[in-house]
Amino acid sequence: MANYSIFDIVGPIMIGPSSSHTAGASRIGFIASKLIRSKIENVNFYLHGSFAKTYRGHGTDKAVLAGVLGIKEDDERLRDAFNIADKMGVTYSFEEIDLGDVHPNTVKIVVELENKATVEVVGSSIGGGAIEIIEINNIKLSITGENPTLIAKHGSLKGLIAGFANVLNQNDYDIKYMSFYEGTSSSDGIIVVELDRFVTSEILDLIANSIDGIKDVFLI
Amino acid sequence: MSYNFSSGEELLIICEKEKKTIWEVMLLREVNMQRTSREEVIAKMMMSLDVMISSIETGANNSEKSISGLIGGEAKILEEYRQSGKALSGDMVMKSVINSMAVLEVNASMGKIVASPTAGSCGILPGSLVTIGIEKNMSTDEIVRGLFTASAIGYLFSKNATVSGAEGGCQAETGTAAAMAAAGLVEMMGGNPEQALSAASFTIKNVLGLVCDPIAGLVECPCQKRNALASANALISADMALAGIKTIIPFDEVVDAMYRVGKLISPTLRETALGGLAVTKTGRKITSIIYG
Repeated sequence: MANYSIFDIVGPIMIGPSSSHTAGASRIGFIASKLIRSKIENVNFYLHGSFAKTYRGHGTDKAVLAGVLGIKEDDERLRDAFNIADKMGVTYSFEEIDLGDVHPNTVKIVVELENKATVEVVGSSIGGGAIEIIEINNIKLSITGENPTLIAKHGSLKGLIAGFANVLNQNDYDIKYMSFYEGTSSSDGIIVVELDRFVTSEILDLIANSIDGIKDVFLI
Repeated sequence: MSYNFSSGEELLIICEKEKKTIWEVMLLREVNMQRTSREEVIAKMMMSLDVMISSIETGANNSEKSISGLIGGEAKILEEYRQSGKALSGDMVMKSVINSMAVLEVNASMGKIVASPTAGSCGILPGSLVTIGIEKNMSTDEIVRGLFTASAIGYLFSKNATVSGAEGGCQAETGTAAAMAAAGLVEMMGGNPEQALSAASFTIKNVLGLVCDPIAGLVECPCQKRNALASANALISADMALAGIKTIIPFDEVVDAMYRVGKLISPTLRETALGGLAVTKTGRKITSIIYG
């Protein structure tokens, strides 16, 4: 972070005990929750490294589960994550895994939805509550969630930049960063657009419907 | 004027030139950088102050154990002792220590706290800066200004050194928080920017080399007691500076010394629970009980 804000230093407001093992973990889960549109049936968490070794003591398990259920890092319901999941009829499991050459605080989240679809997110908690999503549905990428971010699945790069630029500029949003990540072929991938502020649901719909090549778009 | 600065020296120059205190320079820097207003920044800091005060109150009444069962109830016990009149330490120090430990109990039982600058050091600003502000009947505005001063100091540590125990040991986390609190207290008590930086320097000089050796890797023991120590450190450092004692080594050089010393600390003593208290006979026993 080149330009620290006051609130990077005195902050964040969070549920303890640890910025990396609790707050960071919940933020990773929360980003995963933003990629989900139908009812969650089951979530499997695969914890790597230091996350794996200390997750019970740091409440990493409660934190990341709470995040997936849409609970934020400063919400006191975080510590009741297990009960809340049980009440919602969501089953969950935690396992240790070796994810190879990734940050020592990394978790792979596999969400099973009622329509049989799965959403897979791999994220790292890199310190002080900061996080990095490094994989979504087997596509490697890099998202920090520091800015309002659009994540769109696309089927074709053609006209994509122009499409986004048109919709966003016409509606007065500033694009801070735009990144492209390839899927298994060049005809499928993810485009990540970081903005100066959150778009409205109308703009989100406009993006989904009016830009050719967009298969789906999420806002985190 | 962007009011940005990248060292204590530059900060002092801006303060001198613009005839402003550290808190005001930091506030103006934020307003310019984030393109927001003074009112919005103040309102946002008020929210953190509210959480700090709540965390003190919740912890002060706490008898519950932490997730691991290692800590819980210490603040209450210490408060009873303070009330007995038998304490050796002065009342202000005792109150600061009690409140710091209280906040750590809240943190350790998955309660709400403000990381300042980290969760591991979350007890120090509430314990010392906020507690003294309340004891001295200061307004929330005055206390918030102290928090702005504190964040200026914390910013310099983050930028030019580290505030992470994994990188620099406990000196980097609780040491930085103590430096932040000491500087904030100096300005709250009417001291000048140079005195604020002296106070911050003293706190770090007192804890250079302090290792991070959490038992079972948890933010409980000795973290709770180190937050207590850091609060006391902030108070005595602020007192020395307000009395007129000046730091012999300039603040920026002290920050750099802390950073370099941190790099020389063995990784086993930098939040890995592989050294120090974490690997004592009892430390190991506790670890195996917690993790099975």
